[in-house]
Amino acid sequence: MALGLYSLIEAALLCVNAIAVLNEERFLSKVGWATDTVSGFGEQPGMKSQIINLIRSVRMVMRIPLIIVNTITIVLLLLFG
Amino acid sequence: MDIPSGYVRQRKSAEQRRRQPRPDYGGGPTPLFDDTSSPGDPATFQNQQQGQGQFYGGMAGQQILSDPMANMAMQYGSSLATQGKDVMEKHIDRFISISKLKYYFAVDTTYVGKKLMLLLFPYMHSNWSIRYNKEEPVAPRYEINAPDLYIPVMAFVTYILVAGYCLGTQNSFSPELLGMQASSALVWLILEIVVITMAMYIMSVVTDIKTFDLLAFCGYKYVGMIGVLLGGMLFGSMGYYLALAWCSASMFFFLLRTLRLVILPDASHDMVSSGGNKGRTYLVLAIAVLQPLFMCWLTRHLIPSQN
Repeated sequence: MALGLYSLIEAALLCVNAIAVLNEERFLSKVGWATDTVSGFGEQPGMKSQIINLIRSVRMVMRIPLIIVNTITIVLLLLFG
Repeated sequence: MDIPSGYVRQRKSAEQRRRQPRPDYGGGPTPLFDDTSSPGDPATFQNQQQGQGQFYGGMAGQQILSDPMANMAMQYGSSLATQGKDVMEKHIDRFISISKLKYYFAVDTTYVGKKLMLLLFPYMHSNWSIRYNKEEPVAPRYEINAPDLYIPVMAFVTYILVAGYCLGTQNSFSPELLGMQASSALVWLILEIVVITMAMYIMSVVTDIKTFDLLAFCGYKYVGMIGVLLGGMLFGSMGYYLALAWCSASMFFFLLRTLRLVILPDASHDMVSSGGNKGRTYLVLAIAVLQPLFMCWLTRHLIPSQN
């Protein structure tokens, strides 16, 4: 498989977009992955709460940079194919 | 319009005056190393700078007293270079700590020889622990069990070259393929490290292992891949499979023994809860199993196709 560095960047961008799109109240609480239910101070965080924390922090941190990077990628893809 | 044009002209003349000393050096070869034989403080001070500073510093000995304008230009250039280097170091230091990186490349020939033997035949080695004091974050080279980055880097480059040679023997070589092989292998390496790091975070496994150590351990498989490719080229597909089996077993054993001491806690640590042990064991097993899989995946398409 001829993976290049550009394919890696594209794949990473798509994955981060996928994580950022998961809405808190419309989807995650319906599945049972809401963040307000896992704010206990247990010793062992457990896998599920780690994932929930990861999703929440990605959504919060990457919102603005994702807008910029997505715009740049779309423009470049339109111009250069 | 008087003042701007006069300003521009003055700037241009300063540029021209600054640019004047340069063609004088065009006759001789540009020095690629520090010229510490020249007298005078500015010369020795500039010998420690890179780029423009080094260019000026190397020629400092011959022209330091003759042309005050060249002197001033030299100092300006050297101060620019220092500033640039400081800014760059400050920015890079946030992501990669350069001083720690130096430890991973402090190897010597005996270490490399012994480590290569260990990677290909780890069954006779008895003592796998790393003796170093905990204050020093990274162990230097004089400890055979410590990970290093020199062997993975060299093995990666050699793998690309051997892959090119393999493709050449099948008459399907072109220079773009070398670049594609290199970026493909690099991408798989980056993916592997990202996946392992994410798994370590999600399973909340807190270990001593650092990212560079993980990079070193995942890079050791390139040594095995070179052996596999050579076996495949010299002895055909039977040789390929034999070499693959041998190198996979060696790499699996090596990683199992090494990672067991780094990731799994000893019996002497009381503070580690027993709930994390199962996750850590799975993590060690997963890392050790990934390496033969990658070795097979990255070399299959280079061997002449079996009949």
